[in-house]
Amino acid sequence: MLVLAVDTSTPAVTAGVLDLPADGPPTLLAERVTVDAKAHGELLTPHVRDALAAAGKALAEVDAVVCGTGPGPFTGLRAGMVTAAALGHALDRPVHPVCSLDAIAAEAPGDPLLVVTDARRREVYWAAYGPGGARTAGPDVVAPAELAGRLAELGVTRVAGARIFDFGLPVVGPEHPTPVGLVTAAAAVLRAGAEPGDLTPLYLRRPDAVEPGARKRVSRA
Amino acid sequence: MTIVLGIESSCDETGVGLVRLDGDGRLELLADEVASSVEQHARFGGVVPEVASRAHLEAMVPTMRRAFEVAGLKLSDVDAIAVTSGPGLAGALLVGVSAAKAYALSLGVPLYGANHLAGHVAADTLEHGPLPSPCLALLVSGGHSQLLRVDDLATRITEIGSTIDDAAGEAYDKVARVLGLPYPGGPPIDRAARRGNPRAIAFPRGLTGPRDAEYDFSFSGLKTAVARWVEARERDGEEVPLDDVAASFQEAVADVLTAKAVRAAERFDIGTMVVSGGVAANSRIKALAAERCAAAGITLRVPKPRLCTDNGAMVAALGAHLVAAGVEPSSLDLSATPGLPVSTVSV
Repeated sequence: MLVLAVDTSTPAVTAGVLDLPADGPPTLLAERVTVDAKAHGELLTPHVRDALAAAGKALAEVDAVVCGTGPGPFTGLRAGMVTAAALGHALDRPVHPVCSLDAIAAEAPGDPLLVVTDARRREVYWAAYGPGGARTAGPDVVAPAELAGRLAELGVTRVAGARIFDFGLPVVGPEHPTPVGLVTAAAAVLRAGAEPGDLTPLYLRRPDAVEPGARKRVSRA
Repeated sequence: MTIVLGIESSCDETGVGLVRLDGDGRLELLADEVASSVEQHARFGGVVPEVASRAHLEAMVPTMRRAFEVAGLKLSDVDAIAVTSGPGLAGALLVGVSAAKAYALSLGVPLYGANHLAGHVAADTLEHGPLPSPCLALLVSGGHSQLLRVDDLATRITEIGSTIDDAAGEAYDKVARVLGLPYPGGPPIDRAARRGNPRAIAFPRGLTGPRDAEYDFSFSGLKTAVARWVEARERDGEEVPLDDVAASFQEAVADVLTAKAVRAAERFDIGTMVVSGGVAANSRIKALAAERCAAAGITLRVPKPRLCTDNGAMVAALGAHLVAAGVEPSSLDLSATPGLPVSTVSV
């Protein structure tokens, strides 16, 4: 099965073309990744085009799209999600959502794992994973100090993701979600040919907006 | 025959339009679907960019599906795509631009990053046919108030004047708040104004002094003057004559907009004026423009309200003009340009 994977939940603008066999891990045919938090809207579609060309595949040959749904900074995240949704619509192919933290975890199997990415505003997005790779807590967004206080309770012994806080744990796995991680996390659903879940972004924060109070007077009392 | 898909997401409307460009250059509107997030912004008294951007992401594909259903077309029928790449809210624009790029790549068709303001002018060609050259455009909306000289819709648009502070629509929203009317302020003020006396209160006409910029607008002082007048009444314990305040405010806005537009048309010897943008749906602005254009011998063109407000059809129409003019398409690394100047019709 030919799978196109995209993710824009971190500063990495990621597109990859993979073959997912009936058994075993996906094979990466080509990928294009640029780390630039300001370039998601600009670069993602060219990356899709270039990764397909490098893989020697046409868009029409793609059987399914996998899209990281965050959590991630909103504007960049939406660039990837609307791109995936539009590709799925135009190609009439399913678009499978994957929590972007799960995609990072999928490439660091083993002991209990913490995945963190940069949520800006001095906070991190995070999730915890058990030894079998299943998510046991999160995704959520908190201040690093608060997360540090919960490590014992979470039982994690390793950390993957953004190299901003290691919490004193050994750092493993990729820094950003990769095409292989995205497709690995979606492999069971892809193979089952299951109906995709909702393509809903994991914002985890409300929009910054306050309802206005009483109108300010313009004249002096 | 060319089918052009237009995508608009610069503010709070997700618009998808489909237009057919015939061999003789005529345009036919096939679909004009809009999903608005205006109700989600009402309690904040103005458009919240993040709320608008979230709504665009949710609405994009469903709005697209509806447009094709209405037009009875398949995605594979599309020959070119135009998308608003600016000016507008950065996060909102990015949703439409990203979607348009993905559709263009998937369908293998050219993509045009198009100017939102030029799109407002192009909307009129869907209803009233080709524009003579040159013509004058008065664009008035919640985000813009501009006078443009349009020599060629696809390639040559020049700004003659613009607001130096608030857009006309912004002044309506703020005055509505002073009067306790709902957001957006245009329709309720227009309704109240029809019952009131436009000469009851002499509100100031911004930038109309002898040394002021002749073709620029200012609505901030007017808004403050209305607030002061209302507050003085309240302080004296007098009833505020809402209808008269609304009518007098609306008269000040319509007077300045149309006087400056007609003066510009006369000064530059332009015989046709297009009034577009959301505020062009206002009854008094339309009536006063008609009166003054008739007196000056200027042909006035105002698209129906549905085409005046933000929509995808106007972007598709502009895209059709770009195709017809043989303008070079945009590259797939197109990005949103929140401050795109009107002189850049396509990028």
